[in-house]
Amino acid sequence: MAGAGGGGCLAGGNDFQWCFSQVKGAVDEDVAEADIISAVEFNCSGDLLATGDKGGRVVIFQREQENKGRPHSRGEYNVYSTFQSHEPEFDYLKSLEIEEKINKIRWLPQQNAAHFLLSTNDKTIKLWKISERDRRAEGYNLKDEDGRLRDPFRVTALRVPILKPMDLMVEASPRRIFANAHTYHVNSISVNSDHETYLSADDLRVNLWHLEITDRSFNIVDIKPANMEELTEVITAAEFHPHQCNVFVYSSSKGTIRLCDMRSSALCDRHSKFFEEPEDPSSRSFFSEIISSISDVKFSHSGRYMMTRDYLSVKVWDLNMEGRPVETHQVHEYLRSKLCSLYENDCIFDKFECCWNGSDSAIMTGSYNNFFRMFDRNTRRDVTLEASRENSKPRASLKPRKVCTGGKRKKDEISVDSLDFNKKILHTAWHPTENIVAVAATNNLYIFQDKVN
Amino acid sequence: MSSRGPSGEEQKEMEDKVASPEKAEEAKLKARYPHLGQKPGSSDFLRKRLQKGQKYFDYGDYNVAKAKMKNKQLPAAAPDKTEVTGNHIPTPQDLPQRKQSLVASKLAG
Repeated sequence: MAGAGGGGCLAGGNDFQWCFSQVKGAVDEDVAEADIISAVEFNCSGDLLATGDKGGRVVIFQREQENKGRPHSRGEYNVYSTFQSHEPEFDYLKSLEIEEKINKIRWLPQQNAAHFLLSTNDKTIKLWKISERDRRAEGYNLKDEDGRLRDPFRVTALRVPILKPMDLMVEASPRRIFANAHTYHVNSISVNSDHETYLSADDLRVNLWHLEITDRSFNIVDIKPANMEELTEVITAAEFHPHQCNVFVYSSSKGTIRLCDMRSSALCDRHSKFFEEPEDPSSRSFFSEIISSISDVKFSHSGRYMMTRDYLSVKVWDLNMEGRPVETHQVHEYLRSKLCSLYENDCIFDKFECCWNGSDSAIMTGSYNNFFRMFDRNTRRDVTLEASRENSKPRASLKPRKVCTGGKRKKDEISVDSLDFNKKILHTAWHPTENIVAVAATNNLYIFQDKVN
Repeated sequence: MSSRGPSGEEQKEMEDKVASPEKAEEAKLKARYPHLGQKPGSSDFLRKRLQKGQKYFDYGDYNVAKAKMKNKQLPAAAPDKTEVTGNHIPTPQDLPQRKQSLVASKLAG
């Protein structure tokens, strides 16, 4: 199957063979809340992998270059930089605690030697510059090598400082702080294809920013009703189209997606396209609306499709067809008969993300028990894999997992009642061109690679 | 022993349970929480969701209470300092401290 680095089948035995590559993070039984990973994102080349956590910290990993001295380290991701992006705050006026948890990270396309990323918590978006320094100037006239100022009257000769190599230092500095534009909690940020603007979305509004301007933001969607008692839905995710800089989509808690065109009006309250799958009214239940709430929306790289994740499934939509999705993939249908307990323990409100591979031939999303699911759109095959330390020998193949729903449990199957609902995989990322995936399992980051890779 | 087949209504209920595990789960929920009023799509439900992060310290109440009870002892804080609710008048010392993440991430270790 042709395709840039992403074609081929998924289930073991054919083209793909997913293998364990690395795992990052502590092995502690007791996980500190701050260590829970809340965002995972590859940059545009895939050389950098950023994670954000509940403690407001960002850790960036860099892929090792091919090294003849250490052949097995090729493709390994090692720590490149780490910094505290957001701190906890308290809004005294509203008695509101503002968590430092990183909700989303989005990389900017690289334009020079430095790397830039946007990271956001519930209220504030920050633009971080990550740059390398590997040279240092020596031979200053007005100060000593250790930095002490020289008495200018004692300087008898002038010299030109020279640049000397030094140990690589990676610095992260906040270049822009985009604050005070969101009354509600920010759930999404998305960089525009024009590389100049980006959007941020909260429960009721979507704002448009210019990357250079922090004191102004344009509101482009506002679904807040005049009377809050008429509130029927909230915005759950938003994203810019990958190529058309005037187009973006936002999803709702009612399972609908609206596509908006910024050329048609300044305030995009009226959508250009409205995507909704018709529902069978006789099958409606107390849970229907909750499980239809879309937790993530992602355009395909081609820009022709978009994918949405709701509680039990992933749907692929053709942008030219609003009436229904072109594909529906069941993630964990067996949970439908467990909705009562999942409502009681709040798991029914878990927000899973989803992602495309580089060629849009496959999609991936997480589930419970540290399981994650991959769907091949061409062969229509799917596989369930597990992120576990028990299966973490270098280059060990991952064995497909199966959940049994009926009475008779086969060997190696796990029954629905034995699933650990505290082990949720909410965040996953797929390398932009290669078959490498990053999976966040609570406080651990797993990296899996295709053997053939 | 006479055996009768399920009545029309019972049959429909059984069919529902088989055809729709969701409806069976809904019945389970309603049985456990008979007073479950809030529909998921209701504005109350959504507004609660919008208010995540609300703490209960009210600076105004605190000062009014302090003024009223100038000479009396303020009700003491519960030994467990994680919850600040109820009749106890919170003081800034009582509020659970927001722990700042000064420790580096273990992913970078």
